[in-house]
Amino acid sequence: MSEKTPVANSPVEDSRSAARHISRNEGLIFERSAPGKRAFELPPLDVPTVKPSAAVDASLLRDEIAGFPEVSEIEVIRHFTRLSTWNYAIDLGMYPLGSCTMKYNPRVNEFVARLEGLATEHPLQPAEVSQGCLRILQVLEKCLLEITGMDAVTLQPTAGAQGELTGLLLIRALLESRGNPRRKVLIPDSAHGTNPASVVIAGYEVQNIKSNDRGQLDTDHLREYVTDDVAALMLTNPSTIGVFEERIAEIAEILHSRGAMLYMDGANMNALAGVTRPGDFGVDVMHLNLHKTFSTPHGGGGPGAGPVLVKKILEPFLPVPRLVERADGTLALESHRPQSIGRVRAFAGNFGVLLRALAYTLAYGPGIRQATEDAVLNANYIRKNLESVYDLPYGLASMHEVVFSDARQKKNGVGTMDIAKRLIDYGFHPYTTAFPLIVPGALMIEPTESESREECDLFIAAMRAIAEEAELNPELVKTAPHSTRVGRLDETAAARKPVLRWHPKQPTELPPGIAPAVVPSA
Amino acid sequence: MRYLPKSDAERRSMLASICAPSIETLFESIPEKFRLREPLKLPGPLSEAEIIDFFRARAEENSKGYASFLGAGVYSHLRSVVTDALMQRGEFLTSYTPYQAEISQGTLQAIFEFQTLMCQLTGQEVANASMYDGSTALTEAALMAGRLTGRQHIVIARSVHPEYRQVLATYAKQIGVDVREVGFTATGQLDDPALSEKIFDGAAALIVQSPNFFGVIEPVAALAENAHAHGALLITAVAEAVSLGVLRPPAEADIVALEGQSLGIAPSYGGPYLGVIATREKFVRQMPGRLAGQTTDAAGRRGFVLTLATREQHIRRERATSNICTNEALMALAATIHLCLLGREGLREMATQNLAKARFLCGELKKIPGVRQAFSGPYFNEFTLEFPRSVRMINAVLLREKIVGPLSLGVYYPELTKRAVVCATETTSRASMDRFAETVARILARPV
Repeated sequence: MSEKTPVANSPVEDSRSAARHISRNEGLIFERSAPGKRAFELPPLDVPTVKPSAAVDASLLRDEIAGFPEVSEIEVIRHFTRLSTWNYAIDLGMYPLGSCTMKYNPRVNEFVARLEGLATEHPLQPAEVSQGCLRILQVLEKCLLEITGMDAVTLQPTAGAQGELTGLLLIRALLESRGNPRRKVLIPDSAHGTNPASVVIAGYEVQNIKSNDRGQLDTDHLREYVTDDVAALMLTNPSTIGVFEERIAEIAEILHSRGAMLYMDGANMNALAGVTRPGDFGVDVMHLNLHKTFSTPHGGGGPGAGPVLVKKILEPFLPVPRLVERADGTLALESHRPQSIGRVRAFAGNFGVLLRALAYTLAYGPGIRQATEDAVLNANYIRKNLESVYDLPYGLASMHEVVFSDARQKKNGVGTMDIAKRLIDYGFHPYTTAFPLIVPGALMIEPTESESREECDLFIAAMRAIAEEAELNPELVKTAPHSTRVGRLDETAAARKPVLRWHPKQPTELPPGIAPAVVPSA
Repeated sequence: MRYLPKSDAERRSMLASICAPSIETLFESIPEKFRLREPLKLPGPLSEAEIIDFFRARAEENSKGYASFLGAGVYSHLRSVVTDALMQRGEFLTSYTPYQAEISQGTLQAIFEFQTLMCQLTGQEVANASMYDGSTALTEAALMAGRLTGRQHIVIARSVHPEYRQVLATYAKQIGVDVREVGFTATGQLDDPALSEKIFDGAAALIVQSPNFFGVIEPVAALAENAHAHGALLITAVAEAVSLGVLRPPAEADIVALEGQSLGIAPSYGGPYLGVIATREKFVRQMPGRLAGQTTDAAGRRGFVLTLATREQHIRRERATSNICTNEALMALAATIHLCLLGREGLREMATQNLAKARFLCGELKKIPGVRQAFSGPYFNEFTLEFPRSVRMINAVLLREKIVGPLSLGVYYPELTKRAVVCATETTSRASMDRFAETVARILARPV
């Protein structure tokens, strides 16, 4: 595991190592472009050619696109392959981003998502020729209902945040049908930023509530907050500090007794699958992030899918279309649902992501519990081995992630961001920094089940070494990373005068044999 | 289990080393009565080969071997195998949102290139790093227009994709936005004279789509002038991005909401696709979604970072411009690679082939007695026909002949049951078009 060797602050010189390659400069594709090159040829037209100006009025036609790339196939391959080598990835090593569940993305899922007959299907084609797609959706629906213990599901939302919004709209629709949609949604201060943002779009006011000194929701406190004006509580369970809300049943009861709903943000479902079911502990609505718990690839920021699962009372309000099984056993999408909140996106949802999530679930079957157990074991193993060197602000039992603070290192001026950046030099992606907000200087570590004991040990060794460096040589940590292609980038300059696209310039170097154009003097 | 890198012995020794007598003890914080005692009733476990068999069997139950003339927001275009090969590199596929810029320069530079390509295509000054899809991009564009103008209402053409309008309606209802619809004329274009003072009163934006749902190209520049005269912004949705290879981009629009599926992304029964918002530079701080920007490190080397994040939910929480977090980054990468492959000439050639195929098919179908072109306006690769009888009935027969017929407008416009939107792209073969036209002629020749 030579790539785990700390590289201090000198660039690696070994020619066989990747470092040499990543230090190679690869310009923008536009800078490689030269007129007349191309990387793709179309088959010849089998119908009469049409001149654009003969087909539509010339005023509707565009001019040449200035600066549009013109490159060959090998140049495209090299360009993007080189760019790819500047990324860290799960395929390279542990990616302990707390709350993001960066687990292994099985390759077979990519293979089946691209099959002819699946990748090729049009979302508006008739149900008669879509039974395969619909069956995939139906089996996934059943699996997700079994895993969560809920009654009904929509697979339409495109991501977790859209799932949150959908769930809130369902609550709103139900309460409205009872005569009063109410005004407020309660959110603990440990919540993800998407929660309050979704609440506002759903037309509600955010009421933040403080966690208690154990990082849990204070039920006495909650009782005060839950008035007849409260529509719901949005709770992440396990919470963002990786701890199960022990009084979850009581929380549900407090809400239900006042006619309010319990919404569960299922971002941390990787701690629960196969062990316990939100439907059993009083949750009314929840979403899942299939790009977290169900292993669909993050792809540098998406795509995802955020199915929403509900109890029976909320089913009439689910988005259209709904998947239905007809008497003859065939499947169809149905849009006639008078109480539905409507559509939250065009077509049937991120089918390609849903399909991958099903492939993942089928690979485990009931054995999905083993994945959960391994994820929780890894987090606790890391906690045990690091709690002597990093401050643990909340001491309750950890589930799938552990949250430390930089309190001890801060004495030497080393913050969580510095430790995170130094981790890069040890061959790891940083953990999540500065979140949750209830932990100042948080180090939020989620190893997932995909890490072997050896990888966990290497991570622990790196974290311990950095703690030592923070004592003996804080400057080394504060100026990290030292091994990357670029150092810490000037974010302030980027935001002050944003450069958000490349602009074509007068070519500075002309190809040989071409005389420079006469540039008129200014 | 093949995805789990631990032996049972390792599990036991790890448990022992953290002084946990059993794995169950790690779950004791979950109240006992809520802990499952039985294994979940799930299908599986399946081996890799069984998974492939399962999905291959499902693929056989779909439309393999059928010719299709469906467009309506999702288009079948040629894609190079290079796109899939590159986007499946683990460094792109299995990386997170590029918050840690030093080890995400690959994704960040690709996003910067993507933003540039989207500006070039749309004629706008800035573009974001993606939204979920065209329908949600359009909805977010409408919300953005509300923030920019301080006005509440939206005027939208009925010729905008019906499902996009349905999504807008879902969001608009909650925030008290009144959505007013405007019809179309015999050209298939927006009914401009109907755009009265009254309709525009207090409107944040006029929304059109071009080419619109009927396939007709809208006069974007004139519509922009009209909207601006009433103090409203013009939002233009583009559902068929390949059209921008030859058609004038909606540069006069204030916000463009683009669906990028056409740019190298498989139809995949509805997603994942690629929404994009492009706009004027002066509006960038009200734009939702991530943005990559160019900057330098301490040594002066060029690099890229996510920027203007103070618009976003992870910083601004309830005051964010949107709740979007996960976007469609990998799809944006696919579009970037695809457009680099096509290049200047390839994109224009693809678009021109679409013009030719659609005109050929339209000509063939119009030869059939009783079939006429429903709208006189200019079109790109989709056109609306009127048939002498219900499209639903025609399509039912076509399906038996292994043809997925055109989209029946009656599904979304109850008054248009005899009209259908027909699509032909560069992937539609002459043979399939001939067979389609012959079959339609045969169906219509039969007495009802």
